[in-house]
Amino acid sequence: MLYTWPMATSGEVARPAAPVRGSRRSLGSQRTPAGDFILPVLSIGVSLLLWEAVSRSGVISQQDLPSMTASFGELWSLAQTREFWANLGYTARGWGLGLLIGTALAVPIGIVLGSSELAARAFRVPIEFMRPIPSAVLIPLLFLTIGANLRSELFLASFGAFWPLLVQTMYGVRDVDPIAIDTARSFGVGRFARLYRIKLPSAVPYIATGFRISSTVALILAFTAELFMGTPGLGQAMNFATSYGLNDQLYALALATGFLGLAIHFLTSSLEKRALRWHPSQRSETP
Amino acid sequence: MTRRTYSALAVALEIAVPLAILLAWQAWTASADNQHFPTPTTILEQFRELWLFAEFERHVLPSLIRIGAGFGIGVVLGVALGIPLGLWRRARVLAMPHIEYWRAMPPPALLPISVVLLNDIGDKQKITFIAFFCLFPVLLNTIDGVRGIEPTLLETARSYRVPARERIRRLVLPAALPQIVAGMRTSLSLAVIVMVVAEYFSSTEGVGFVLLDAKNTFRMGPMWAAILLIGLLGYLLNLLFLLAERRALAWHRGWRAATPD
Repeated sequence: MLYTWPMATSGEVARPAAPVRGSRRSLGSQRTPAGDFILPVLSIGVSLLLWEAVSRSGVISQQDLPSMTASFGELWSLAQTREFWANLGYTARGWGLGLLIGTALAVPIGIVLGSSELAARAFRVPIEFMRPIPSAVLIPLLFLTIGANLRSELFLASFGAFWPLLVQTMYGVRDVDPIAIDTARSFGVGRFARLYRIKLPSAVPYIATGFRISSTVALILAFTAELFMGTPGLGQAMNFATSYGLNDQLYALALATGFLGLAIHFLTSSLEKRALRWHPSQRSETP
Repeated sequence: MTRRTYSALAVALEIAVPLAILLAWQAWTASADNQHFPTPTTILEQFRELWLFAEFERHVLPSLIRIGAGFGIGVVLGVALGIPLGLWRRARVLAMPHIEYWRAMPPPALLPISVVLLNDIGDKQKITFIAFFCLFPVLLNTIDGVRGIEPTLLETARSYRVPARERIRRLVLPAALPQIVAGMRTSLSLAVIVMVVAEYFSSTEGVGFVLLDAKNTFRMGPMWAAILLIGLLGYLLNLLFLLAERRALAWHRGWRAATPD
């Protein structure tokens, strides 16, 4: 499958993965379940120790790179405070609401633009022009117009989430099997029933992929809004840590943001898997 | 509706709708007279004054150099790391937790850390930061491309005792190239975004700095001109890359068109 980076919306459309081919697995690369578990754990452990060693030995001073134990220790003590969880909640709220608004707008518009060629052609140029604009450039504009508040954060997150999902939905609806549509039409299935029963289900894999991409974009932009505009959340906390030179806290907050990103990634991936349980790309290989 | 009137209508709409949007924007901003939303003609005028080419050398050139250097480093590292990771499952299992974590990290969260860690807010920090995030799309696509190579090909080459270097140069790289190029394209648009964010955080020149400066001094004209410039920059870089890709991968498209799939 083509790997699409979430923030880079001018890339091409991510097509659903093809079913796994049997010939792909070569001889002599049998899976070893024990190794698959031990090796990653080992690899994480070694790199954490390396971090500790680099910082303690002074290769990079402890001021610039707090040791691994100090960073995780700081994260642990942050986790005892109410403020930290509130900030985490604010960032998650920015992500969730931004993604929700973006989805609520992008999917219906994408369905309309995908089902009508005339509509798609009419808006092709504006969309092609708006899509590659990095949402982050809107921050100063939002700061001066809407102000540094939740509305700005949500506008930014939903604006970013809107584009990948719009394009994925458009292509998904357009990519429907023409024979299925023609068959339905010759059986006298109405326009809306065709949309609901054929076009939408066949677009779901595309929409699901778009949703996963948009979800990451929404998190990035919610965080960016907090960092640069000072709306409450992990980004704002990180801004404070930077201003006061609290490097332990800076690293702890970055770790926490990474874990939030990871959690959101796993959440949307599993949602995608669930939504696509019936799709051939999710079928496991039968021996 | 006949086919011809239909396609004529489509072309007419394709031209008319963007024009109508522009006109509506002009009419609205002219009548509202809101200082935050200057008219498109004012923005264009401001754009010409700033970027053609009075401030080009001072602000656009540094940004372009940062994008180029960061992108270049990211691509080279991505391919260099991706090939061994694609070929060896064990290496992949070892590296995947790290790749997954860093890829899920929102780039701005590392921005303050990059300043602290590199003790720099100049080109060194900007280029490193851009290169770091350009790395991942190329790396993951390279891994995927290398993994997708027909195992029989690799095994045949090995059983004919083709040396490892030749195997990589003549078999692995060309086979993975289409995927690598797709990753590069994603990285390039990412480079523009990351550049803006990096310059917006701490800088003394560059298009991101112009944005920041315009915000701090409440000057809307330069801000809109900078937004337009960054949009155009992303659009043009993508276009340029597509042209280069078409040339570089002409053999691949020809081959694909000839095989029924």
